[in-house]
Amino acid sequence: MIRGVELAEAGPVRRRARRVREAGLGYLLLLPALCVFGVFVFYPFARNFKLALYQTPPYPNLPSTYVGLHQVGQVLSSSNFLESLVTTVLFVVFIVPAGLLIGLFLAVVAQRQLRGIAAYRVIFSSTVVTSVAVSALVFYSLMNPVVGLLPWLGISPHPSVLENTTWALPAVAVMAVWQFIGMSFIIMSAGLQALPEDVLEAAKVDGASTWTSFWRVTVPLLSPTLFFALVVAMIYAFQTFGQIDILIGYQNAAYEHVNVLIYNIYTTLVYEENPGRAAVMSIALFAITLVLTVLQLRILERRVHYGR
Amino acid sequence: MGRLVFDGVTKRFGDVVAVDHLDLDVADGELLVLLGPSGCGKTTALRMVAGLEALDEGTIAIDGQVVNDVEPKDRDIAMVFQTYALYPHLTVARNIEFPLRQRGLDREERGRRVREVAVTLGLEPYLNRKPGQLSGGQRQRVALARAIVRQPQAFLMDEPLSNLDAALRVQTRADIVALQDRLGTTTLYVTHDQVEAMTMGDRIAVLSAGVLQQVAPPQDLYDRPGNTFVAGFLGSPGMNLMGGALVEDQAGATARVSGGSVPLTADRAALARAAGSLTVGVRPEALALDPAGTLEASVVIVEALGAEAHVICKLPDGTRLVVRQEAGRHRPQLGEAVRVAVEASGVHLFGAADGRRLEAAA
Repeated sequence: MIRGVELAEAGPVRRRARRVREAGLGYLLLLPALCVFGVFVFYPFARNFKLALYQTPPYPNLPSTYVGLHQVGQVLSSSNFLESLVTTVLFVVFIVPAGLLIGLFLAVVAQRQLRGIAAYRVIFSSTVVTSVAVSALVFYSLMNPVVGLLPWLGISPHPSVLENTTWALPAVAVMAVWQFIGMSFIIMSAGLQALPEDVLEAAKVDGASTWTSFWRVTVPLLSPTLFFALVVAMIYAFQTFGQIDILIGYQNAAYEHVNVLIYNIYTTLVYEENPGRAAVMSIALFAITLVLTVLQLRILERRVHYGR
Repeated sequence: MGRLVFDGVTKRFGDVVAVDHLDLDVADGELLVLLGPSGCGKTTALRMVAGLEALDEGTIAIDGQVVNDVEPKDRDIAMVFQTYALYPHLTVARNIEFPLRQRGLDREERGRRVREVAVTLGLEPYLNRKPGQLSGGQRQRVALARAIVRQPQAFLMDEPLSNLDAALRVQTRADIVALQDRLGTTTLYVTHDQVEAMTMGDRIAVLSAGVLQQVAPPQDLYDRPGNTFVAGFLGSPGMNLMGGALVEDQAGATARVSGGSVPLTADRAALARAAGSLTVGVRPEALALDPAGTLEASVVIVEALGAEAHVICKLPDGTRLVVRQEAGRHRPQLGEAVRVAVEASGVHLFGAADGRRLEAAA
């Protein structure tokens, strides 16, 4: 109120001076965050683009040479990259629908007012706070060909699941889904709790069965949440790294079959010591994530209902 | 057809008894208003009919069939929610059609009925809009349309007008009455607004703290309130209530109250004689400021409403007394000592102990 009065009395020059002062203060307050982001995000991000323009020579200790965009085309058309891309897509297809559906299912179950349900809510959401390394070790033992759960269940392919070219990727995906359930469950639960109770009651009175009311009312009303969860799940799937590194790793016989983009970038840089190539692939991963997110925002958001 | 019977219906939430042994019989085609202050259990009673709350005791029967264990979807009733509860992702047409789809009506029949209802309620221009694009009044009509398109056994309406502005509320009130009259569908209508109750109900059931106080046609309820709660709740403002005792002498019978006396007719005196201590009730319109009046009071507030004024006075013992005055009369000053005259025919008597109306046995 008082500010409004002051502004009205101030001339255009004084107003501009004030605006500059306020903007200055704003940037000053932003400075700590800008520094952190600058050092750890913006600078590496820009540096990455520069790296992509230099080719690393095949032998160590030689200077890298500027090749411009030549390397970009080379990498993007290489069979290594394309195979890796296919693996990534497969991995995403394994993880996203399963992660969303299981999270939604558990959230719906945990919505019911039952005695002791709070304990289940804690359990369902616990994978969020479980370290990837710890849970990967647990899964590693579960999938151990000798003492694990799988042989106990009678599942013992040869070579063992985690070294098997067919089963390694699904096995890692299972663990990645498991890890994502907590996040998915929390997002879905929050969405469900925010739904208007009376609209769901109206559906009951209007003659809808539980099933119909779920698909015709709950899911459409939940669509903003589902959409948000989808975006989060996609990004999660594209960036799953720890599980692959711990469960499979570079030495594994099945490594080639779980070599998703993010892991490929890592191995290219660390084991093949080829930063140029790794930079190109990380830009490609960035571009894919960006395009997907924008597409989802554009296409899906138009079809998603936001209750008013 | 759509007779609705509550028999000993009780509902508890923890230690709170929301509805306490409610017996109520809504005749086929009747519009019965459940009236009471917030938290009196009227909405809970309605939700039990809809099947949205389970009963703890008693039975509810729709059309002769006990529905305690019948799913809401199978009860053949339609409900209008206070918030309208429209499906925000569906168009108006789809909203209205929703209950018909659940009943598996074919497309042609659905379309015909939706159009019919849309014409009745003036919703044709909005059929392709989403609820978010409608005004409050339009949404309210969509909610009504969704209810009547079903042609159910009964309508349940939970304060459907409370989110409308005053002018629209008056209009819609009349529309709902006309519609209900034409359709002849049994209607249970919940409100806390006594004007709504008085103008809409064939009968009114007054609830307080989960207990049914009285069921009667509106005018009966106003003229012969069954207890002090109903007397004080109905009317705007409600009835004045004063503690009193019967006094009989040569001049006739009066009730002695703080600040003076209230004249009693012979038959009222007879009732009072049998009862002992009394609560005397007088409606504001049966009181007048008059130098020859029998009550002494001092003026606390004067509320001028245009056509009339409410003069709020205080008796010596602190009891408030509201006097209704027509426009143009002399307005007393605040704090002024006045005398109030009581019309003997406007006096209601209640037992002081139980608050029940004193009446000659029929």
